[in-house]
Amino acid sequence: MAAPGWRHPRARLAAALRSLRAARQHRARQPSRAEPLQAALYVHWPYCQKRCSYCNFNTYIPRGLDEESVRSCLSREAQTLIRLSQVQRISSVFFGGGTPSLASPLTIAAVLETVSRCAHLAADAEVTLEANPTSASASRLAGFRASGVNRLSIGIQSLDDAELRLLGRNHTADEALGTLEEAKKLFPGRTSVDLIFGLPGQSVSSWARGLEELLQLCDDHVSLYQLTLERGTSLFKQVQRGSLPVPKQEVVAEMYESAREMLRDVGFRQYEVSNFARNGALSTHNLSYWQGSQYIGVGPGAHGRFVPRAHGESLREARIQTLEPDSWMKEVLACGHGTRKQTVLSQLEVLEEVLVLGLRMDIGITHQHWLQFATSLSLWDVFGTSEEVKELEDQGLLLLDNRGLRCSWKGLAVLDSLLLTLLNQLQKSWEDRTAHRT
Amino acid sequence: MLSLVTRAAGVWGRLRRACSGAALLCPQPWMEKCPADHVVFSSPYSSHKKEKLDTSIFPVENIRNFSIIAHVDHGKSTLADRLLEITGTIAKTDQNKQVLDKLQVERERGITVKAQTASLFYSYEGMNYLLNLIDTPGHVDFSYEVSRSLSACQGVILVVDANEGIQAQTMANFYLAFEAQLAIIPVINKIDLKNADPERVEKQIEKLFDISKDECIRISAKLGTNVEKVLQEVIEKVPAPSVNISDPLKALVFDSTFDHYRGVIANIALFGGEVQKGHKIVSAHTRKTYEVNEVGILTPNEQPTHKLYAGQVGYLIAGMKEVTEAQIGDTLYLHKQPVEPLPGFKSAKPMVFAGMYPVDQSEYNNLKSAIEKLTLNDSSVTVHRDSSLALGAGWRLGFLGLLHLEVFNQRLEQEYNASVILTAPTVPYKAVLSSAKLKKEHGKEEITVINPAEFPDKSSVSEYLEPTVLGTIITPDEYIGKIITLCQTRRAVQKDMVYIDEHRVMLKYIFPLNEIVVDFYDALKSLSSGYASFDYEDAGYQAADLVKMDILLNGNSVEELGAVVHKDKAYAVGKAMCERLKDAIPRQLFEIAIQAALGSKVIARETVKAYRKNVVAKCYGGDITRKMKLLKRQAEGKKKMRKIGNVEVPKDAFISVLKRQSEK
Repeated sequence: MAAPGWRHPRARLAAALRSLRAARQHRARQPSRAEPLQAALYVHWPYCQKRCSYCNFNTYIPRGLDEESVRSCLSREAQTLIRLSQVQRISSVFFGGGTPSLASPLTIAAVLETVSRCAHLAADAEVTLEANPTSASASRLAGFRASGVNRLSIGIQSLDDAELRLLGRNHTADEALGTLEEAKKLFPGRTSVDLIFGLPGQSVSSWARGLEELLQLCDDHVSLYQLTLERGTSLFKQVQRGSLPVPKQEVVAEMYESAREMLRDVGFRQYEVSNFARNGALSTHNLSYWQGSQYIGVGPGAHGRFVPRAHGESLREARIQTLEPDSWMKEVLACGHGTRKQTVLSQLEVLEEVLVLGLRMDIGITHQHWLQFATSLSLWDVFGTSEEVKELEDQGLLLLDNRGLRCSWKGLAVLDSLLLTLLNQLQKSWEDRTAHRT
Repeated sequence: MLSLVTRAAGVWGRLRRACSGAALLCPQPWMEKCPADHVVFSSPYSSHKKEKLDTSIFPVENIRNFSIIAHVDHGKSTLADRLLEITGTIAKTDQNKQVLDKLQVERERGITVKAQTASLFYSYEGMNYLLNLIDTPGHVDFSYEVSRSLSACQGVILVVDANEGIQAQTMANFYLAFEAQLAIIPVINKIDLKNADPERVEKQIEKLFDISKDECIRISAKLGTNVEKVLQEVIEKVPAPSVNISDPLKALVFDSTFDHYRGVIANIALFGGEVQKGHKIVSAHTRKTYEVNEVGILTPNEQPTHKLYAGQVGYLIAGMKEVTEAQIGDTLYLHKQPVEPLPGFKSAKPMVFAGMYPVDQSEYNNLKSAIEKLTLNDSSVTVHRDSSLALGAGWRLGFLGLLHLEVFNQRLEQEYNASVILTAPTVPYKAVLSSAKLKKEHGKEEITVINPAEFPDKSSVSEYLEPTVLGTIITPDEYIGKIITLCQTRRAVQKDMVYIDEHRVMLKYIFPLNEIVVDFYDALKSLSSGYASFDYEDAGYQAADLVKMDILLNGNSVEELGAVVHKDKAYAVGKAMCERLKDAIPRQLFEIAIQAALGSKVIARETVKAYRKNVVAKCYGGDITRKMKLLKRQAEGKKKMRKIGNVEVPKDAFISVLKRQSEK
């Protein structure tokens, strides 16, 4: 087996090359902007070996996959969209899926190459890859690291083999722990694990035991997801049929609550509804979603939010790429990208997203953060005088103070309910302001 | 309702008896028989031609006015179709199905809602006859219509299904005819069916109606078997109307319809004299004078004639602009020749009330105009404006019965494309006041309460009263046990139980009306596999232990959910309402107590627990669009919710509690 040593220089080399190119490009641009425009980049790898029973993502089980074509299309689309956005810097890259750890490290390297050719990608920029235990042997993980990946997110999901079978995962708990072990060696401090709770038949104590076990072994980042039964999945059908019990709301709430406490007790900060980190190991890529930053989505079905400046636009667009991989590839070959749908977002819609996403973070929305998006309508203007917001504050669910607007510990768990009041209040203030202006 | 109907249906009978002596004393030349070969009358097919019919060729003794009465589905409309064909009123084709049932709802449900009239021409034993078939609705809800129809008749054809035998509505309709002293021709229909047992039905008729089985005519209306015989029996058995053409005009308005182009079209039966275009007529009710524009007979479409003569039935158009001008039961007479008005009809009293609201308030005006148009031709529906905090502006409508309510609703939907929320039906309660203050306020001692919000407190009332009905159930005997149990749970008191043949039983019960307005009929049908039939008639008011029940959300009363219930049923009703609300009110950030209370006493409670976790787990780049869409839809929904205290209640919750529950 290859030792990690030989990859290190190459990774360094790639990073050096990237910064060199970016610097060159940076010089070439007009110096008018004070700060380089930036965006996060999401790359979707749509293929899986097997569909999990709970998953309704845009994934496909490939037959005779021509990876070279996919690779070149991903690169081509990345180039087209980065140029369209006119960003000078890509702040982070995230390879998600599907199962991107099934892709060859070559593909990952090729996309990163393209990115750094089109924009500045800092040497230390976060580059995350989602990995599935079965397709992430030590050697493959090393290969990914050599390609420029510097953060790994492992879909462990459960440490109970029966639960893993229920979820339709094609690995055992032992295999998952093996992968975790290897990943920690290769990406120390930058390995994240995913767990799912609220499974049919799962009890609060069995969940807590599994989490306890994982906390002994995990690195500095944990994501905990409540199972959502999505229409069209096999799990949904089994529950509908009555062959599996419906997880009880009360029980699931209890699981979430106990997990939050356990993680807090071992020094994790819950920096977002489902994400926990210690030693500052927050995911910068995911943070950029919640902070309402621009992001470019590449690959079949990927979503993006950015201003297509090359077209002279100034408003942000919501974009979705064509879902089906073969059609997507045809479109990319024909016109450089496979954008299927683009919707201009109004200023109010952008603010609504900033609100909905920002409050998912423990720090919530700072006044400074808000004013980046609403220069003339402060958080105080919007929420300061609302009786209903006051009620939520009095119930200990929400805080509006000199730092900004954020959820309390208790409020974070019921954020979706709070958001209904807040969205209506935002809409009302926005309309009032517009009415005053006209 | 029976007493009312009897009075109304008896008009002809009494009148006939009153003047029969006089008619005999002075035979008139027009009474001479009119041989068929001397008469040339235009075929009704030629009604498109401009020439008018001359009905003077039919002397009174050659006229028969009759109805067909039957239980639903026993073949009344099919028989009518055959009679129309045989007499050449309509062409004989396979398409003649329920010709007289013009409304979509009538054809779909196989019932008659609005009575129609058709004049038939028939030669028998060398004589030409004018047979006026006045169609009647089959259901007791429409007995008001039936009685109006019967008031213009001298006889009825009583149709009974050879397979099903006598059913509840056969009974009700028979009594209407019997008490109006009309000639009754029993007809056993559907003898072509495999399971037909006409002998058994004849025995039932003999036992229940005291009509000899030899009088029964066995027919198949579908195949036309023996239908001719029925016509002949009509001529033989139904007496001619005993009226006098030389008397001054005396016409009973027994129905009216509204035509947007021609105004009111009044259906009239002439009890004396004649009427023609140009005559000045007066309404005995309003004293208004009108000039007659057109008269004619119905075949069943309007066919103008030169004149209408005493004994005939037809229509009259006289520039009446509003349907209220042609008051049903009114008497029309010639200007300056006033007559003693006919007794007329008591207006039908609504027995079942329900709130009606547009699904969307922006539809209010459309719905309003649809209701106005429908009530033009159905004056038995009462309309009062009402409003509900939850459902917005709407109406409280009064109906003669449940089927009437359903038919009205269906007509609104089908004929006016209106979509409505119909609340669960309630009945009019009464309160006998003891408080001097309240008595003075109302100006009377006994008040009627339709809206639960106006239900007076027990402390100011000496007695509450609830409407009752006498229900008739006819069932195969194997279901008796279940049916008796059902009736007992509905607080019914048994009055009678007889075997009408070896296997069929007729049960009579006094029911509180409110116990049958919601789902009794469905329950009866389901526990008897559809074999039991049910009908009911008004049986007056009885004292009842009534209470007002409030529904509370976290201690705050929800006005639109208040209900008047019988004390014995309060717990069951309260519990059911709380349970339905529990399913319909979404979880909120705090716990919600749903309670049913009588005064300060809580009798049922359900709890909606607070949300402990309500936040979507995954919200990354690809999830945002979907999540935003969902949140904004929910936020829009939140705006539309009604706040009771701090509890947000979606409109759907009110609808699910208030709405009439559809059949299971």
